[in-house]
Amino acid sequence: MAAADDLKFQEFDDAANLLAANPDATTISIDEPSEIPKNQHSRRQEPGREEDDELLGTDDSDKTELLAGQKKSAPFWTFEYYQTFFDVDTYQVLDRIKGSVFPVPGKNFVRLYIRSNPDLYGPFWICATLVFTIAVSGNLSNFFIHLGKPTYHYVPQFRKVSIAATTIYAYAWLVPLALWGFLMWRNSKVMNIVSYSFLEIVCVYGYSLFIYIPTAILWIIPQKVVRWVLMVFSLCLSGSVLVMTFWPAVRDDNRRIAFATVGTILLLHALLSVGCLAYFFDAPEQDFLAPIIPAPIIPAHNGTTVITKSH
Amino acid sequence: GKGRAPPALSARPAQFPGLADVSVPQDIPVEGEITVPVGSPSPDEDFSTLDEPVRDTIMRDLKAVGKKFVHVLYPRKSSALLRDWDLWGPLVLCVSLALMLQGGSADSKDDGGPQFAEVFVIIWFGAVVITLNSKLLGGTISFFQSLCVLGYCVLPLTVAMLLCRLVLLLGSGTGAFVLRLLVVLAMFAWSTLASTAFLADSQPPSRRALAVYPIFLFYFVISWMILTFTPQ
Repeated sequence: MAAADDLKFQEFDDAANLLAANPDATTISIDEPSEIPKNQHSRRQEPGREEDDELLGTDDSDKTELLAGQKKSAPFWTFEYYQTFFDVDTYQVLDRIKGSVFPVPGKNFVRLYIRSNPDLYGPFWICATLVFTIAVSGNLSNFFIHLGKPTYHYVPQFRKVSIAATTIYAYAWLVPLALWGFLMWRNSKVMNIVSYSFLEIVCVYGYSLFIYIPTAILWIIPQKVVRWVLMVFSLCLSGSVLVMTFWPAVRDDNRRIAFATVGTILLLHALLSVGCLAYFFDAPEQDFLAPIIPAPIIPAHNGTTVITKSH
Repeated sequence: GKGRAPPALSARPAQFPGLADVSVPQDIPVEGEITVPVGSPSPDEDFSTLDEPVRDTIMRDLKAVGKKFVHVLYPRKSSALLRDWDLWGPLVLCVSLALMLQGGSADSKDDGGPQFAEVFVIIWFGAVVITLNSKLLGGTISFFQSLCVLGYCVLPLTVAMLLCRLVLLLGSGTGAFVLRLLVVLAMFAWSTLASTAFLADSQPPSRRALAVYPIFLFYFVISWMILTFTPQ
């Protein structure tokens, strides 16, 4: 029989107070568009968003602070910690890919798509796909270019896969590391409004590489002009994603440093695509096998050869 | 030893007639030990594998592996692959595939096909990464079960490699290439569908595509290695 007290009407506390009393309780938060500015407002006052959650007691978002702190509270040696980086659904990954391929001018990729939830799924598997796409497309394009020649013997060129993997994974992880270190260093000198965590930078770089996958497939077409047009086009698209992400982070800094940073980002990106095109794809319309005769050789009547020189 | 109560020697005057022969008289104490068999089973239990002939042990494992091969070829819900996982089958398949991919154009420069170590590493490292990926996405399958399924589903591709080598013995023109392409495509589809049938259910539905795509990429890479194999 239930106690009589249980049947009495009771007042329940405010949700925020209940949550403050029991921070580990599971809660459901319904994200509305009006929530996002509140998140940014709280972000500005919170420099680091790692495991030590500082409850700054901002006026409107102590619940979001608690929830943001709960998200990554597992210690880094447990499996659950790494699971938080794969907390994405299919539609979210597809949205992020779409956002990197069709950049909206003025909209920041990180703020729009990733701010709540950087993931490692996208960067890792986009890089893996890109490695194999470049290797396979390069092999196919070489095969088609040299197809008719009688002395050509097809080789799979499998060693290039390891080279592609090293290059692309180094680019996608070391450059963000360097950039993050650089931004942290500048942040200590100049107070920036916008700062990114290492994972967000890795995320942007990973998703920005997605456009190179269809580009690499189209690079099979053995026309130089087509290849260069494709390269410039994809460089513009992915470069613009990077620029629109990182310009707000450096624009408050010294003018020259800001331009140098953005310029370096674009230069490294261009180097990657030019390098991949040059190394994995043989140049079309170039005949490797026919030797080039430097000058006509006229045999003289007494048996010696004379090479005519043109003035 | 096992605890056994001494049998009832004398019955009390029966208050409960049917229970007379199970009642324990009060003057005989019940004693004994109850132990849970831990570690080595006692010798008189008959599923100890130490005493059976070696042939029986080997045949039992071979039959289990063979049963799993059949389940891969005709994929349907199978507890053999999932619950009674083993890694013998994947090891045999991986080694035979890597061996068959040898003897390619032995340029010994950077241009040849994959070496034995490269094939081995791609298959095992790829399977481990896919398993980790599906667990990180929140899948409920265990680590070794997933490795077992991915390894066994390489079987159609190993068959494709065998057929490709046979076709290459007969000729290496365009017709042979088209034949090899069709065989490899068919086996690639079979492998992917078989492993998806086993692994997709362990993922929450909103992430199923995220877990299936790496499997597709894995078998695509193996199929590419098989298709581009060219003998010397």
